[in-house]
Amino acid sequence: MRKVYLDYAATTPVRPEAVEAMKPYWSGKFGNPSSLHSFGQEARQAVETAREKVAKVLNCQPEEILFTGTTTTSDNLAILGTVWRAWEEKIKANNKDPENRQKLHLITSSIEHHSVLDTFKYLEKRGFRVTYLPVDKDGLVDLGVLGNSITPETVLVSVMYANNEVGSIQPIEKISKLIKERERGDQLLPIFHTDAATATEYLTLDTQKLGIDLLTLGSHKFGGPKGVGILFLKKGTKIDPITFGGHHEKGLWPGTEAVPLIVGMATALQMAAADRLSVASRVTKLRDKLVEGVLERVPEAILTGHPEKRLPEIASFCFRGAEGEAILLRLDAEGIAASSGSACTSGTLEPSHVLLAMGISAEVAHGSIRFSLGRKTTKEEIDYVLEKLPQIITDIRKMAPKP
Amino acid sequence: MSFNQLYSKKVLDHFFHPRNMGEMKDANGVATVGNKVCGDVMRMFLKIGKRGEKEYVEDAKFQTLGCGAAIATSSIATEMIRGKPLKEVEKLTNKAVREALGGLPQAKIHCSVLAEEAVKKAIEDYKSKEKGK
Repeated sequence: MRKVYLDYAATTPVRPEAVEAMKPYWSGKFGNPSSLHSFGQEARQAVETAREKVAKVLNCQPEEILFTGTTTTSDNLAILGTVWRAWEEKIKANNKDPENRQKLHLITSSIEHHSVLDTFKYLEKRGFRVTYLPVDKDGLVDLGVLGNSITPETVLVSVMYANNEVGSIQPIEKISKLIKERERGDQLLPIFHTDAATATEYLTLDTQKLGIDLLTLGSHKFGGPKGVGILFLKKGTKIDPITFGGHHEKGLWPGTEAVPLIVGMATALQMAAADRLSVASRVTKLRDKLVEGVLERVPEAILTGHPEKRLPEIASFCFRGAEGEAILLRLDAEGIAASSGSACTSGTLEPSHVLLAMGISAEVAHGSIRFSLGRKTTKEEIDYVLEKLPQIITDIRKMAPKP
Repeated sequence: MSFNQLYSKKVLDHFFHPRNMGEMKDANGVATVGNKVCGDVMRMFLKIGKRGEKEYVEDAKFQTLGCGAAIATSSIATEMIRGKPLKEVEKLTNKAVREALGGLPQAKIHCSVLAEEAVKKAIEDYKSKEKGK
C-alpha cells in the first residue's frame, strides 16, 4: 500500500547526514564530556562544536545556547526558571511577603502548546497571576490586549512563534518592540520567551532580529534525533535551574550531555538553516495546492488559521459533520498519516483549545484535521490525498444522523 | 496499521464495515443520544413487533456522528439486539457491548455507554407510543 506521511509537525525523519554525524559518538568516542582525560575531551570538543553550529544559526554567542532534553523541558526550564528567579529577587528587593505570589504577573497566549500552557496553569494553581491572551479568528494574538496587560509586576511574556495546530505566525518582532517600549525607570522589563518548535525549518531563527530573551527548539521537529532540545538564553537573562545535581549547561540543565544526540541535532539544524528558503518556497506551493484542492473538492470544508500569515507546512481544516478520529482512521487505511484536534484524539472530552480560542465551535472543532508537510513531500503525495479525502468525508457524513 | 494498538480487530471491523447503518423509515422506536458539543451523536431506530404476546426487536438500524469507537459500538449494538425478545434487549449493558467488541480503550468507554443509552431510549420511545395508542 502507498504510504504518505503528512504529520511532519508531529515529528520528522532524522536527516541521513545527522545519523552519519552521530555514529562515532555511541561506542567509539563515548567519553563523558566532563572528564578531563582524552576520552572526555574528544566528547567535550564535539559538544562545543555543536554549540557553535547552533549559535551561528541563531545569530548568537555559543555561551547563549543550552542543550536540554526536549522542547517540553526547554519550555519548562524557561518559564519556571524565570519565575523562580524573579520571585526570589522581587522578595529580596522589596522585602515582600514570600507567600504573596499574586505580586508576580505572567502573560502567555491561549493557544500555546501544552508544554507552555500546562506550565502556566501549574503556576496559576499555585497562586501566580497569569493572563492568557485571546486570539482572533485567524489565531493571531491581539497586540492591543498584550500591551494593556503588561504591568510593572509582569515578569514574563511567553508567546509561541507559530502555532503547531493551525500554523498561524505570531508577530514576534512586534511583541518584542512592544515590551521594550515599556521601559519604566528602574523596573526590569518582562523577559520574553518564545517556543519556536514548529517554526524551526521555515522561519528565521535570528534571535537578535527577533529581539527575544528565551527561545526553545526541539531537535526531532527539524530532522534531528528525538530526546534533545535547545534553550537560547540571552546573555544577562537570569533564570534558576529547575533540576539539580551538576554543573552541566551552566548548572541550568544538570546531567551528562547526550553527546551523540547533540551532535546529530546540530548537524540537522545547520542543514535546515541552509535549506530553509528553498524548502519553504517548495513546501508553500504544495501546501497551497492541497488547501485549494480540499476547499474545491470537499463541501463545507473550512481552512483554519491565518490565510497568509501561516507556516508553509501546515494545511489545517475543519470538516463539519465528520469526526476527526473517524477521518484519521479512514486516512490511515489509505496509508495517509495526518492528525486531529478532536476530543477523541486528545484523550480528554474537550476538542482542541486552539480551535476553541479562535472562536470555532466545539461542534465544528471535532471535525478538525491537520496535514503537515515536510521537505520530502511530493506533488504526487498531495494528488493522492486529494483523490482519497473527498470520498472519505462523504462516506463519514453519510453515517451521521440528519439534524 | 497504527490503530491496531488502540482498537481491537472487532472494533476496526465494525468501523470499516458498519452493520445496519442508515435510516429506517418505518421504525416505531427512535432515539438520539449524545450531542454535537461532546462530539458523538447516535441515533437508534428500532422496529418492534409482536409474535403472539411476546415483543421482539424485528429490526434495528443506526446513524452515528462520532469517532471509531462510537461507530463500532452502535454498529455492534444493532447486531446484538436484532431478532431478540424485547425483555432481553432491555437488559443490554454497556459492558456487554464492550465485551462483544473485544474491549475498548479507557477513554472510549463512554461510547459504549452511549450505545446502551441509545437502545434504551429508543425502547422508551416505543413504549410511550404504544401507551398513546
